[in-house]
This record gives sequence, C-alpha cells and structure tokens, in this order.
Amino acid sequence: MANSSAPRTLYDKIWDDHVVDTQPDGTCLLYIDRHLVHEVTSPQAFEGLRMTGRKVRAPEKTLAVVDHNVPTSDRSHGISDPEAATQVAALAENAREFGIEYFNELDKRQGVVHIIGPEQGFTLPGTTIVCGDSHTSTHGAFGALAHGIGTSEVEHVLATQTLIQSKAKNMRITVDGKLPAGVTAKDIILAIIGEIGTAGGTGHVMEYTGEAIRALSMEGRMTICNMSIEGGARAGLVAPDEKTYAYLMGRPKAPKGMAWDMAKAYWETLVTDEGAHFDREIRLDAANLPPIVTWGTSPEDVVSVAGVVPHADSGHTEQKKAAIARALDYMGLKGGEKMTDIKLDRVFIGSCTNGRIEDLRAVAKAVEGKKVASTVSAMIVPGSGLVKLQAEEEGLDTIFKAAGFDWREPGCSMCLAMNADKLAPGERCASTSNRNFEGRQGFKGRTHLVSPVMAAAAAIEGHFVDVRNWG
Amino acid sequence: MQPFTTLTGVAAPLDIMNVDTDMIIPKQYLKTIKRTGLGTGLFAEMRFNEDGTENPNFVLNKPAYRKAEILVAGDNFGCGSSREHAPWALLDLGIRCVISTSFADIFYNNCFKNGILPIKVSQSDLDKLMEDARRGANATMTVDLQSQEIHGPDGGIVKFDMDEFRKHLLLNGLDDIGLTMEKAPAIDSYESKAAKSRPWL
Repeated sequence: MANSSAPRTLYDKIWDDHVVDTQPDGTCLLYIDRHLVHEVTSPQAFEGLRMTGRKVRAPEKTLAVVDHNVPTSDRSHGISDPEAATQVAALAENAREFGIEYFNELDKRQGVVHIIGPEQGFTLPGTTIVCGDSHTSTHGAFGALAHGIGTSEVEHVLATQTLIQSKAKNMRITVDGKLPAGVTAKDIILAIIGEIGTAGGTGHVMEYTGEAIRALSMEGRMTICNMSIEGGARAGLVAPDEKTYAYLMGRPKAPKGMAWDMAKAYWETLVTDEGAHFDREIRLDAANLPPIVTWGTSPEDVVSVAGVVPHADSGHTEQKKAAIARALDYMGLKGGEKMTDIKLDRVFIGSCTNGRIEDLRAVAKAVEGKKVASTVSAMIVPGSGLVKLQAEEEGLDTIFKAAGFDWREPGCSMCLAMNADKLAPGERCASTSNRNFEGRQGFKGRTHLVSPVMAAAAAIEGHFVDVRNWG
Repeated sequence: MQPFTTLTGVAAPLDIMNVDTDMIIPKQYLKTIKRTGLGTGLFAEMRFNEDGTENPNFVLNKPAYRKAEILVAGDNFGCGSSREHAPWALLDLGIRCVISTSFADIFYNNCFKNGILPIKVSQSDLDKLMEDARRGANATMTVDLQSQEIHGPDGGIVKFDMDEFRKHLLLNGLDDIGLTMEKAPAIDSYESKAAKSRPWL
C-alpha cells in the first residue's frame, strides 16, 4: 500500500489502498473488494473457469442477481422466453456450483444490480467494486471506486479477485449553488454530459463536489455517478459523509457494532486533500440549471425543456454536423421545433439511474389525482423488490394505478429492452434511463432522457412540459 | 487467444462519431451463453433492413468491403455498455483491428482480451486513413504491432502509441489470468494485510 505525503485525491487514496503489485511500466494489479454478477455478461466467464479448472477465489465477496433479462410481468410461473430462461438458469447453476450468493427472480431482494448493491449494504465507502455492466459507476456515490468491466475481466476477477489496471487521470466537477424547484440530480448530470461530451471523461475518474452535490440525497448522488459512464469516465465518486453513513447503517451486509465504528473512522479519511492535483476541472452553477431533455441519439444531445431542437448546421465540425443530421433523421425531428411541442407515445420510469424509492415518491407527488394522457402508455418499473414493497407500503402504487400507470415487477426492463418491454419502430418515449442510442429501447424506437418528474409530467400532458411552471 | 502480429487487409470506412455498443451488437443478440457466432448480429440494425434482407448501402455489405479485416471509424468508438459481445461480434465477422481517434475505456480493454487491436491516431491521420479506406478492396493496409505502424496503400506510414504490457500480451496471445495467478503470493499477502487494516470487508 503506497504511502505518500503529497496531497491526494479521493481516487488516489482508494487506488493506493488496493494496489497488490506494480509492474515496471506502471501497470497495476488492483484488489477487488466487491464483485456483482448478472446473467447477461457472466455465463462465458463461468464457462472459462470450468474449461481451465479454475475456482472462484473469494465467493463471499461476490453477489449474483438476475435483472437484465427477466420479464417485469408476473414471473411466478417461470420465464416464457426460452433464451432468457436459459441465461437465468445458467446463472442459478453457476452460482450454486461456485458457491456464490444469488438472488433469483422471485426473491424480494432481487432487482437491478446497481440498486441492490447499495440496498444490501454490499456497497461500502472506500471499496473497489466491479460488475460486468457499465453502470457500475453508480456505486461511486458512496465513495467506492466502482466501474464496469467486460466478461474476460469478470472471469479474471472471479479467478483472482484482482484486475489489471492502469491508473486513470483525476477530474473534478464542482456543482455550486442550489437547485431550483423542479430541477433534479438527473438534470445536473445531463447538463455535465452536455458540457463535456460523451468522450469528455475518457481516461478519467470524476469526483463530484460542491454545495449542490452535498445537498443531494444518496439516491440523487447515485443518479449522478450512474451516468458518469455516459460522460466517458471510468468511474464517478462522491466523498462519503453523514448522509452516506445514515443510508448504510443497519443494512444487511453493512458492518455492525465495533466493526462499524472502525469502518466509519476509515471512511472519514476518504476525502480529497487540500491542494491535491486534478488533471481537469469543470465547474457549474446548479442555480442556473433548467429541466433538461435529450433531443438526439447521444446523451450529450441535451437541451433545456424551454429550448428548441438544434439545426444540423449548428455543429462545429463536419463530423458533428453529420452526426446531428443523422440524429434528427432518426428521431423524426426538425431543427427549431420547440421541445414542449414534442408529443410522446410511451413513458418509462425506472432503471439503475432513476428506479429508487425517492424517484417513485417524486413521480407519485407529481401525478396524484391526475390521469395519464389517452395517447400515452406509461410504465413504472421499481428498481428492486424492496423498492416495490416500500412503494406499496407507502401507497404509491395506488396513486400510480389510479393515474393509469402500469405498475411492474423489478428489473432493467425498457432501459435496454432485452425483455418484452420495448418500443415499437417509430414510437417516441420519455425515459428516466441513461441511454438514448439508436435502437436502445427497441428497433427504431426514439428515446428522450429526462428526470422522473419530467417523465411524470410528460405522461400526464402527452408532451414535454416545463415542470417549473406545471402542476 | 490468437496472437496479433501483423495484419494486411481491406479497411472499411465507418465515418460515424460515437459508434456505441448498442449499434455494434444490439441487445437481442446478448441472450447467448457463448462467445461465438455473434457475427450475425454485428451492426445488425444498420446492416439489415426490417425484413431481414441486407441493406446494400451499409459499408460492410458493399462488395469491396465484405472481407474487410480493419475498420476505420469516427471518434469515441465503442461508447456505451461493457458488453464484450461487441468485440466478439467484430472478431466473428473477421475484423481484427479498429482505428479511431478515441475509444471508450471498457470497449478498448475488451478488444485486447480477444486479440483485436484498437489503434488511436490523430484526427489528421484518421482523415488520411479514412480516405485510403474509401478506395476499397484494391487499397489494402498493413498494420504492424511490433513496429507500431500502419502502412497505407501508397506507402505512407502512420505511427501509433501502444502500452508496452498490452502489446506484449497481444503479440504473444497470452492469457492474462494465467499471468496474474503466478502472482498469487502477492495477492495472499495483500489479503492478510487488508484483513487486519479493514477487517469489516
């Protein structure tokens, strides 16, 4: 473990505490404290172990769950899609064979992998966390170094509990000021991606700081860190504080008693030192942010809800002009159209970005006593079975159903549309998820990324509305 | 893993920015539990029409590029998800080298695990290579990993940077899990130290 008297960033500190070995060229072997596994990116890794006769080095540091492929309708009678059923069965069998704890599709603790990690207290500050899923960056909200890996790396971590890594650069994003009413964590991160571009954070770990980040709940911080990957960053980080400890205390897998006190004393050292070096700094003022909607097919294609769709000739380079023209064509939009004139066919509320209890509460508050527009089909997919239970205990499901929302079982659902939840060609959707790529939510489907409250308002009105003066 | 030393082949121009992993391999192909056979899904939503027939305008469907082994692509190639199905699909269709001005981190890593060489070049070099690629099947390129050079059809040479360790693994087709397992004593020693300093984990 490296010791340095020079001021260090939060990323530097977590990195230093996990280096197992450093090669002369600087490539490191990094220890992995927590490994999350799901059904889509793991079968080939387990098969690799089997073929080479290798074991899982630390099954107790590994947690498996099904989320990507499971239907969000009643699944008590099995999964009808044979391919999905095969993949789910493969994970169950692999977990059993290699001795890994597994939440199956009927377990109330099942849910989107990045929702259940924090929920169970599996995600802890100062840990290294990986998963074969790019949105592993979500866990950075707890001050954990968390990032997505490919399947070969999943196999590497299963076999060795380490990962071969080169250190990334440090980037700091400071969000000052207070968010206006109706503007949320989702709008902050969309604004950041709009500012730096989807390759803006490539090769960096982003630390989010400032008054607006401190003011966010853990749920809001998870939304921000979740989409660090859409800004190209390897990981996002927020230093832990009292909110982090309050969230974690008493969670099933969080430390207890003396172990908790010892852990907390360590967690309190996990802050960037005064004067630590950042390779890049970005600053923005939360007070100036509007609710944001994406208009195109990249998460960087953002605009204020009060704004208009851009013209292709607004691109600064020929490549960018071509990209805008392609996106406008795909989205069926014309430069100059007002965002609030865009009509929607579908609304999707859920995902590892915005499928937590606080998101559902915000939606319930916005739609209570109202009705989903007759032209819109709207679904709400809770992020986990526990989120679903809590929402039902609070009566949120009654509000949703009365307003005409479809209330589903937990999973990734239409964020990536691997299961039956998908857009038909040409359908336009307001989505609280994280990617608006071509075909992401269904072949030729059109996705606009928004916050939960913006999605809720769009469901009621049938088109985008500025939630700052709505309701 | 198949080693990567030199490759001479047709380069296909894919002049689109932010080619994401959903574009490279749409999610309907992710339900497999195998690494092989994913070539059928490569760029599926651009390569095929709704009725399943080939889209003749897509570059890899044009006669000159059907056997392309190199892809020359716009900035930020491979952004999006961590799915290793993206390099598996490229490899399955015979593409072993991708050249762009930048790559998303996870995709970039995933390539090296599968014997695919991702090469980062400057915008001016990319423009030149894109022009070369547009000339079709008679204008092949040679990529030499040892010397870190791309030789264009007219004898022009583009040099590229490459991490020494990754280069070593790729040139020799080495399994990095095997290499890491040789460091088991260091991992054991790390674990016993960590068990004392952070026993709650």
